[in-house]
Amino acid sequence: MSAPTTNRRLGAFFGVFLLVALLLAGVVSYAASGSPDGLDAVTQSGCESVGTADGEHLQGTCIAQHAGEHASAGSPFADYAVGGNDALTGVAGVVGVIATLLLAGGLFRLLRRRHAPDDEAG
Amino acid sequence: MESDSAVVAMHMSDGIVNAPVSLAFGVVAVVGPAFCVARARRDLDDRTAPLAGLVAAFVFAVQMLNFPVLPGVSGHLLGGALTAILVGPYVGALCVAIVLALQALLFADGGLSALGTNITNMALIGTFVGFAVAVAMRPLARRGRAGLLTTAFVAAWVNTVVASLGFVAEYALGGEGLALGTVFGLMTGFHALIGIGEGIITALTVGAVAAVRPDLVYLLRGQRPDLEIRTAQETSR
Repeated sequence: MSAPTTNRRLGAFFGVFLLVALLLAGVVSYAASGSPDGLDAVTQSGCESVGTADGEHLQGTCIAQHAGEHASAGSPFADYAVGGNDALTGVAGVVGVIATLLLAGGLFRLLRRRHAPDDEAG
Repeated sequence: MESDSAVVAMHMSDGIVNAPVSLAFGVVAVVGPAFCVARARRDLDDRTAPLAGLVAAFVFAVQMLNFPVLPGVSGHLLGGALTAILVGPYVGALCVAIVLALQALLFADGGLSALGTNITNMALIGTFVGFAVAVAMRPLARRGRAGLLTTAFVAAWVNTVVASLGFVAEYALGGEGLALGTVFGLMTGFHALIGIGEGIITALTVGAVAAVRPDLVYLLRGQRPDLEIRTAQETSR
């Protein structure tokens, strides 16, 4: 196969990959479960607001009580909202995907080998 | 409060483990990724560098998608095995670390002082142990599609459970509030279930990439024995 065709196909593949990530963060994220994740369920275990599977409710003593307010709580995108508005979770998600792509993609671009790949013919 | 939020905080908050332990793992979370940066160079070229950036963005997106595992308990992708299988363990660990750092800084998810423990558990332990499992199963993964999907599922399940064990260890060193045995039981129990979701997502993603561009799947490329040996050492850190 010719190099230009390969590059075009690779570009299309990357484009689809990005589109899927944007759709997941921007649209599907609204369907995400609002329950605490496994870690948070453990750290909140023992405090009254959490019902674990085995029904443990150790009133008033839990790991999460030692947790402090988040240092980034004032961020406009704190808690995957925009300015505190949960209805804009999808927007926060898209911002996150693009920010991650720029930061990670930029770092990996800087780190990449500039000379021709030695082991990836075809 | 944000109790109605569709997307909840997902990672360890500040203060869950004490300051000395947080600091110690902060050092691990600097040294580990710095080593990964040095080793990642040989795995990144004009094709794999953009792929790795997209994989990181994909992990960010999928980490937002909490799925229910028990009444009142959800789980989400960690991404260690997924990134390691697609872009290798060094680049993969950096992908997850970058996602965690952005989540802490921009989205107030996971404490800043807890970033060291979160990176240690999910980016380092999860990624390298997940990759070690995938490498051990590579003969099966090379055999065909079912083998690859099985490998991805098992590696991802293990990466989830060992990452949760990382938390248990850090809690044992510098946490308080709940009996250690209870923390161990709940963490491993929940994450054995969450690992099933992680396994399904990882198998679907790796399967999709392998169906279109098998040449881009790191695990399926050359043997790279020198990398594998060092990976085993890295895993035991």
